[in-house]
Amino acid sequence: MANLNIIYREKDVPNIHELPVYLKHGGYDALKKALKMKPAEVIDLVKASNLRGRGGAGFPTGVKWSFIPQSEPVKYVVVNADESETGTFKDRQIIENNPHQLIEGSLIAAWAIQATAVYIYLRGEFWDLAQSLDQHIEDARKKGLVGDNIAGSGWNCMVYTHLGAGAYICGEESALLESLEGKLGMPRVRPPFPANKGGGLYGEPSVINNVETLTNVPWIINNGADEYKKIGTEQSPGTKVFCVSGHVEKPGNYELPLGTTLRELLFTHAGGIANGKQLKGVLPSGGSGPVIRFAGNDDPLLDTPMTYEDFAKIGSILGSASIIVMDEDTDMTWVAAKITKFFKHESCGKCTPCREGTYWLDKTLDRIMSGQGQEKDVDLIASVARNMQGVTLCALGEFAANPIIYTIKNFPEDFKARLDGTAAPVVVAGH
Amino acid sequence: MLAEKYASKIEYIFSKYPTKRSAVMPLLYIAQEEYGYVNDEGVAEVAALCDMDPTQVRSIAGFYTMYSENPKGKYWLQVCTDLACALRGADKFYADLKEYLGVDDGGTTEDGVFTVEHVMCLAACDKAPMMQCNFHFVENLDMEKMVPLLDHWREEAAQANEAAKPAKAKKTKEKSDSKP
Repeated sequence: MANLNIIYREKDVPNIHELPVYLKHGGYDALKKALKMKPAEVIDLVKASNLRGRGGAGFPTGVKWSFIPQSEPVKYVVVNADESETGTFKDRQIIENNPHQLIEGSLIAAWAIQATAVYIYLRGEFWDLAQSLDQHIEDARKKGLVGDNIAGSGWNCMVYTHLGAGAYICGEESALLESLEGKLGMPRVRPPFPANKGGGLYGEPSVINNVETLTNVPWIINNGADEYKKIGTEQSPGTKVFCVSGHVEKPGNYELPLGTTLRELLFTHAGGIANGKQLKGVLPSGGSGPVIRFAGNDDPLLDTPMTYEDFAKIGSILGSASIIVMDEDTDMTWVAAKITKFFKHESCGKCTPCREGTYWLDKTLDRIMSGQGQEKDVDLIASVARNMQGVTLCALGEFAANPIIYTIKNFPEDFKARLDGTAAPVVVAGH
Repeated sequence: MLAEKYASKIEYIFSKYPTKRSAVMPLLYIAQEEYGYVNDEGVAEVAALCDMDPTQVRSIAGFYTMYSENPKGKYWLQVCTDLACALRGADKFYADLKEYLGVDDGGTTEDGVFTVEHVMCLAACDKAPMMQCNFHFVENLDMEKMVPLLDHWREEAAQANEAAKPAKAKKTKEKSDSKP
C-alpha cells in the first residue's frame, strides 16, 4: 500500500499551506459538513473513530470532547502546540506545511463543544511559525471560514495564536492554561479538571488537544469513522507521525499507520542505524518514557508493532512517538545524566519532590560521571527517583524518574563500568 | 514609551483576550524588542498596561527563558545540546563554536555582536546540530557552515553600526527583522 498521508498532505499536494491550494483540494469541506451536523453528532463520529490523543497520553478524543457541559455559555478549544519533549518535532512540520488542516480541525472541535474561541498555544521558539500561522488564519477569516458567520452558518468563532516563552512545563495542559492567563507556567491542582467549570481557561470549560490530534479530524469527518478504523489497529486506529532522531541514517518525521513495526520504521524508512552500527537502545517517547534495550539489529523486539497497547506490553510507552535511537557506542549513564539535566532545568519548582529530586539526581549523576561515584550512589538515585513518582501535581516528576529507573534496570553494566573506572570520566554538558 | 510606539500592536494583543493579564507575555516580547532586554523601564510599562504589579511582571520574565534579563549581543545564538542533538554531535559543535568566538557559555563577544548559550530541545532534532539565531531556526550545522555565517552576521552588524551613526537622533523607527 502506498503511504497514506492524512497529516502530511504536502507530500501529495505541493503548497497545500496556501489557502487557495487547500480549498482546491477539498479544504474546509469537512468544516462545512460538520456545521450541517448537530454538535453531538460530531462528537459521536469522532468517538466512533476512536481517534486517540497524539500528545502522548493517547486518551480518546471524542470522549474528551463529551466531558464539556453544554449548559455553560462560554467554552474554549485550546490547541497544544507547545511541542517541547526532547526528540519531538512533528507538530512544527504540520503548522509549517499543512496549517489550514489544523485550523479546520480546531474549528470542528470548537463546533462540537460549541466553543466561543480557539487559542493555539505555540512554544515561544516557534516565533516564525506563529507569524505565518497568523497570516493563514487571517486568509481563512477573509474567506469567511474563521471568525464571524463561519461558512454562512451564523456561528462565530475566532482563532488566536499565543506564544509561550521557553518552558517545557507549559506542554502540561493545566500549566499551559496558567501561562495563557499570563501567569507562571505551573500545573494546577485538579479537580476541577479543564473540562469542568472552574478548571479550564479563564475558569470556563475547555478542551485541550494536541496539534496532530486535531489535524486528523477533518479527514475523519470527510471519510467517516469506519474508513478511519481501517487504518492502524483496533485499539490504535489511524496513522501516527513518528519522529526519528539520534543514530539513524535518515532522521525525520515519518507518517505511518499505527501498528507498523519498529523495524520497518528504523530500517525501511529511516535508513537503518547510522554508520553500520548495532542498535543498543530506543527511547520511544522522548526523554519521558522507559528506555528499551536491544541486543543489536536482529533483536526480535524490533518486530513490536508501534501501538499504545503493544508498547505497554514491552514495558515502555509510545507516548508522542518521539523515537530517539542509540547505537552500541552510547553510554547509557551519559543518557541518564543528559535527560536529568533537561528535567532539572524544566522542573517548574512547584512540587518539592520534583524540584529537589531532579536537583539531587543531577548532582549525584555528575559525581558518578566524573568517576567519583560509589556503588551506593546508584542505589541512592534509584531511591530518589522512585520517591518522586506518584507524588507530584503533574507528570513531569514522574517522567524525570523514568530515565534513572530504566537505565539502571536495563543497562546495569553501564553503571558498573562508571563505578569501577572502566568508563573514562566525562563532564556532561547541560544546565 | 511602548504604549505610543506600538499602539496598534498592543491594541490587537488586548483584543485577543478577555483579561488584561493574558497580554503580559506578548507585551514582554515587545518590551524586549524595544530595549534589547527586559529592563526595569519595560517591566514598569508592561505592568501599567496589564494592571499588574511590576514584581509580578518581573516574576514572569524570570520564569520563562526567552526573556533576557541582561543585554545580549546583536545576534543571540542558542544552540540545542539536548540528548537528541547531542547524539548527533551538538556538544562538540557547541564547544567548537565557543572556542572559535572566544567566549564561555552565556558569554558575549567583545565586539558585542554575539551572545552564545546552550538551550533545551528546540524541536528540530532531525536537523542537528542546530540553533536559533534571534529566534530564527538555523539547522544542519557544522563549523564549516558556521564560520561563513558568523562572518556574514559580523559584517551585517558593522554595516548596521555604520548606518546608525548619522541617524542616531531619530531612533524611533520600528525594527522589522530584529528579535521579538
